[in-house]
Formats: sequence, structure tokens, C-alpha cells
Amino acid sequence: MKYIDEFNDPELARRLLDEIRATATRPWALMEVCGGQTHSIIRHGIDQLLPEQVELIHGPGCPVCVTPLEVIDKALEIASRPGVIFCSFGDMLRVPGTDRDLFRVKGEGGDVRVVYSPLDALELARRNPDREVVFFAIGFETTAPANAMAVHQARRLGLSNFSLLVSHVRVPPAVEAIMTAPECRVQGFLAAGHVCSVMGMAEYPELAERFRVPMVVTGFEPLDILEGIRRAVRQLERGEHRVENAYPRAVREEGNPAAVRMIEEVFEVTDRSWRGIGRIPASGWRLTDAFRAYDAEHRFDVGGIRTEEPAECRAGEVLQGLIKPTECAAFGTTCTPRTPLGATMVSSEGACAAYYLYRRMNAPAPQAGGGAQQEEVAPVA
Amino acid sequence: MCLAVPGKVVAIDDSADPLTGLVDFGGVQKQACLEYVSDVRVGEYVIVHVGFALQRLDEESALASLKLFEELGLLEEEFGDAWEQAEKEAGTA
Ligand code: SF4
Repeated sequence: MKYIDEFNDPELARRLLDEIRATATRPWALMEVCGGQTHSIIRHGIDQLLPEQVELIHGPGCPVCVTPLEVIDKALEIASRPGVIFCSFGDMLRVPGTDRDLFRVKGEGGDVRVVYSPLDALELARRNPDREVVFFAIGFETTAPANAMAVHQARRLGLSNFSLLVSHVRVPPAVEAIMTAPECRVQGFLAAGHVCSVMGMAEYPELAERFRVPMVVTGFEPLDILEGIRRAVRQLERGEHRVENAYPRAVREEGNPAAVRMIEEVFEVTDRSWRGIGRIPASGWRLTDAFRAYDAEHRFDVGGIRTEEPAECRAGEVLQGLIKPTECAAFGTTCTPRTPLGATMVSSEGACAAYYLYRRMNAPAPQAGGGAQQEEVAPVA
Repeated sequence: MCLAVPGKVVAIDDSADPLTGLVDFGGVQKQACLEYVSDVRVGEYVIVHVGFALQRLDEESALASLKLFEELGLLEEEFGDAWEQAEKEAGTA
């Protein structure tokens, strides 16, 4: 069996796969929500190891990928201003805005810094009182406790030169948007484990019931994913639609209450646009009025920036599971990790990048001069 | 950045506010905020995301994950030099 020896416990993987094969009597389509899971699935060839009846649809769970173009352009604008230190996670450096990326802004003289944690950005603000330090606060529920703490600390320390460019998104409204889309084929979800480590599982039973879909909280190591699939398929075959926890070593029913309290103190729910998908009601967080002074959008007055996404990029459809990356005409030709058109080709959790890196055998041949330097990346198979 | 990496708490600074500790990720050591797992002890394993411990984890699962992350090169991706990586990806390195 191709790939399987790469698993950390090939024997257990084989057993799980046998059980999935024995259980699935009909075709089922499952969506993995988390981009880390997508990456793991493609890297380990899990989708190709599964019996034909079980199809995995990749979901929108990559924060870098869903950050709207408009917000990227705001980041580029703020990062270009004199006196600003713009801090971001490394994954955001090459996400294309309308005409450049943060990497370019740095090349043009902007003070762009990569930090590992929002607290590092806070520390920079403390040490550079004469500069404005802005942190690019993107992410799902997993990242929100960190960003909430950073801004909470800024207020406590009386730091007035620190702010967040917030583009936080929440999983449950995205699940709802996916399930109510007319083209939706998803019959069950592998819910993102680390999101649930923070938020717990309370938001899911209502969704599972309303859309009659099993939701299995799943980790993102290969064996975790197989176990999640096994449980989801078993529920589907039995006609059940429950919330199940297949990742109990990291997820408690109640999540992390201290982290949730901090999120609720600093953020409030708001509508958000998702790159390529559009506006989803109640799908994000913004700073509450009490913390509005730390909102970089207000501080730098970039509210007016409006943008349009490149027409050839189909990342929105990829993120909603409507097409596979290889169905995009630009995939592997005009769009490669070196010349990305969309964020899904940039981020290590993006579906297009995962397919490009590990499925290059299925990609169209790169055109001469197209810049596709595939030889640098070792394939798994 | 979406990665949450397990690590072992090797030191705790009780005087820090928020509570901070040194966490070892298979050899790479980093400061992490422990405020959300405030009763954690030295020697226990936690899952850390963008510098914040989010939950505890048992040793066996933590070590298995760390081994896998290392094999996949994910630790380098998470803790390595992002500029170098971006330059490499952009083809300007
Ligand atoms: S392959 Fe490139 S252009 Fe096509 S959907 Fe993915 S990111 Fe967009």
C-alpha cells in the first residue's frame, strides 16, 4: 500500500483503514475543516488510501487563506507608513495583496518583522516607545486567546503605541454557511481539534442536529484523521448525527474556560468577509468598544480600502470544497508557490499548496518560463 | 502558524504576569504564556500555539506528535527563520 509505511504506526493505520473499508457500504463525503488536517491528508496520501466510497472535501480552515484581500491591502498600507513596525506571523509574508506582498513592502523599506507570538510584538512596543507597533491578528479560535491576551496586556501596561489589525474568524458560522450553500455535498465533518481545545464542543450539537451531520472532533496527525473518518463513517452508516470527540487527549468538553473568558472580554462577534467566499454573518471577532483604541484600522484610518480579487483564482471554490485545486486552470501553470495568485497557494495549510507539493504528478506540466521550480520539493510518494 | 506543538514545561516563572514558562519542543526551547493552564507543573506537557499553552497533554502522545513533526520538517517550519523561507519560496535567496 502506497504511503502507509510513512505513518508513525503503520499497523494501526492499516487496521483503521480496514475498518473504514468494512464499514462503508455507500458513498459518503466528509469535510475536514482544518487546514492542518488538509495538509496532513495530502502529505500522507490519506485520501488515496481510503476506499472509493469515502471522499474527503477540503474545508476553509486556513486563517492565512481566508484573510480577505482587502485586509491584506490594509496591512500593506499600514506596514508602508514611516514610524510603523508591522509584526506578522511568517506565513503572511507572501500572501498576495492587490499588487504586492509584505515581503515586497520590507524590500521597499518598510519595517516588517516576523514574530512567533503576539507577545513578542507587545515586547517590541514596550522597547520602542517612539514607534507604532502593529500586530496582524489573524486566526481562528485557536489564535484568539493569544491575541486577546496581547491587547489586554497592552492596556494594563498603558502601552499606547500598540495595536492589532484584526481579521479573526470563527468556525461554527462557516460550517453553517457551507451547509446552507445550494451546491453543498458535505455529509459529515471532521471538526478542528485545536479550535475545540479552546472553545470546547458546546457550539456543535445544534449544528449537527440542524443539518443532520455527524461532527467528529479530530486531531491532525495521520492516525487521528483516520480515527475521525472511521467514527464519522460509522455514524453515517447507522443514520446517526452526533458530536463525538476523537481527540480527547487535547480536547475537553468545556474547552479552556480561562481562554474563552479572555476572548469574551476583548472581542465581540461580528460579520466577516472570507477571502474568495464573501461575507458570513457572525463569523468573526472584532475588538469591543473598551479596546477600540487598540484597533489599527481606526488608528491608521484605512477603512476606505476596497479591493477585487483576481478573476482567475478559484480559491473561494477550493475553500468551500466545490472544486479540487487541480481543477483550477492556473494550478501549477501561472499559479505556483513561487508565483502565487491566491493565498491557498502560499500558506503551508492551503489546499492548493498541499496539492502542488505532494500531488505534483497530477499537475499540468509547467509552461516554459512559467517559473515552476518543482524539483526543490521532495514528493512523498 | 496554525500548528499547535506539544512541548515539555521545563521552568516556570511564577513572578511573571501573565504566567510564563520555558517550554522544550524536542530540543528547541521557547518562552510560552502559561496563563491559560495556570496550574501546570514543571515536567508536564502542554500544547502550545503562537506562544500560548492551550491544554495539557500526556507525555506519550506529546512525544509521538513531536517525533512526527520533526520527521515532517514541521518544527523547522514553525521555529525556523521565516524570512529565509519566504526568500526561498520567492526564488530570491
Ligand atoms: S491554484 Fe492558484 S489560482 Fe487556482 S485556486 Fe489555487 S491559489 Fe487560486
